[in-house]
Amino acid sequence: MSKGVLATDKRGVRELGAEKKVGWDEVPQGVVLNSFDDNVDNLSHLRPEERPYSDFNSFTATVASWRVIKPVYNRDICIDCQNCWVWCPDTSIISRDKQMIGIDYDHCKGCGVCVEVCPTNPKSLLMFTEAVDNEEALSGWPEKKKKEKK
Amino acid sequence: MAKKFELNEVEVWDGNYAASQALRQAQVDVVAAYPITPSTPIVENYGAYQANGFVDGEFVMVESEHGAMSGCVGAAAAGGRVATATSSQGFALMTEVLYQASGMRMPIVLTVVNRALASPLNVRGDHSDMYLGRDSGWIQLDAFNSQEAYDLTLCAFKIAEHLDVRLPTMVHQDGFTTSHKAQNVRPLQDEVAYKFVGDYKPVDDMLDFTRPVTHGAQTEEDWHFEHKAKQHKALMDSPKVIDEVFKEFKELTGREYKRVESYMMDDAEVAMVILGSSVETAVLAAKELREKEGIKVGIIAPRNFRPFPFDLIRDELDRENLKAVVCMDKSAPGGAMGALFNEVAGALTSTKARPMVTNYIYGLGGRDFSIEEAQRIMKEQKAHADAGHITTQIQQFSGVRGPKLGFYETRRGK
Repeated sequence: MSKGVLATDKRGVRELGAEKKVGWDEVPQGVVLNSFDDNVDNLSHLRPEERPYSDFNSFTATVASWRVIKPVYNRDICIDCQNCWVWCPDTSIISRDKQMIGIDYDHCKGCGVCVEVCPTNPKSLLMFTEAVDNEEALSGWPEKKKKEKK
Repeated sequence: MAKKFELNEVEVWDGNYAASQALRQAQVDVVAAYPITPSTPIVENYGAYQANGFVDGEFVMVESEHGAMSGCVGAAAAGGRVATATSSQGFALMTEVLYQASGMRMPIVLTVVNRALASPLNVRGDHSDMYLGRDSGWIQLDAFNSQEAYDLTLCAFKIAEHLDVRLPTMVHQDGFTTSHKAQNVRPLQDEVAYKFVGDYKPVDDMLDFTRPVTHGAQTEEDWHFEHKAKQHKALMDSPKVIDEVFKEFKELTGREYKRVESYMMDDAEVAMVILGSSVETAVLAAKELREKEGIKVGIIAPRNFRPFPFDLIRDELDRENLKAVVCMDKSAPGGAMGALFNEVAGALTSTKARPMVTNYIYGLGGRDFSIEEAQRIMKEQKAHADAGHITTQIQQFSGVRGPKLGFYETRRGK
């Protein structure tokens, strides 16, 4: 897994709303939030972890505190089809060079869409409650289902 | 490139046409509008200018006034010069978005043709819609005739878009008495008007892709208060820019505007505080009363309804010779004293002179306000002054049929 790609490596260190509180004279005019600290150019050619996201961008904060179930990803079964990456409504599937890397747990809300759209047998993504450890989840992964004969 | 519109030195324009010409000359990028009487001709004329090549910007026809102001907010956030027009029920429907526009600091110009609010349904002019906007965080300028509707609309862009202000601005004129009354208007030539207004200077525009921004974020108890405080400070500081713009406009045209207009106040014993097209009626009434009966009447007319010119009103009314002030409210007060009374009385509590203050509700739904009635009210103020106390109830109604209607007695000086 490449370094600095997952939220916990670089960001997600604070809850949304934990930024420095300033007075009326310092708040931005008109409730405008800058996405980036600097001017940006050619943004689409920069990977998220390379972009100068500001403190007011949710990239730098975890917004997943209300999640109760989570997707767990099984690298051994995944075929890198990118279906989950396409369908995730919170851009919380992390993929590099068309290779699936993992889940961004600081932004994933636990909706389960990735599991629904996963085409493998068994699925490469399954939902578990937050309390279940990922290693534990992977150790009990279901076997391939055989096609039922008619 | 927009075509130049040939204009004579003196044109005969009603208030609507005057406002639409000012919008055209400002070369607005986006007008999103929905028609409503009596302001319909503003956007109707503007649509014609656009169709005939006199405007480069976009004209967006929307499904409602809520949509109109929403379109304006979107276009302003994108980074354009934006304006629209409305009245009455349309204004009421816009209200939700008016607060968004001011909180988001979008310098939109809204030309409002004042009209009564239903029910009963009424298309005539009173100040119900103007009053409805008074807490919306917009700057409100009040034009008393067509020339002023034109002049103040040009000034409104310059005020709203000033980098120290960045607040949306309304220019009010009275429905029918101003909007549909053709008068001599001296317009500026297109290039002169545009040069006065100046190029639009975008701030935090969403179309600047090198600096992406989110507009209109949600804030709860941790941030909301600071943003509203900053917004109020901008509104309270805006008079400096308003005065500068009025000064520059005077240098260009010779026409002088003040945040509070005053007439014959120097030696006034009684004064009438009044808004809109009725100001001219009141001035005529006062002049005649001075000539015929020697009653020293002065008139105070706030040009700037928001931010309310607390300081200037206080300066004008803190005079030893001034004994009685009547505040004329052309809006149903809804279970209180009229708003103008409350504002003026509030300013007067910290004066040395502490003149007596009374309130009249008049002209609702376009009921005529005559010179004779203005003089009757002025003479009543003179009677208060002579008696040394308010001789009537504090709030009264002018021009309504039926038994005399009034509320509250004074506790001072009886």
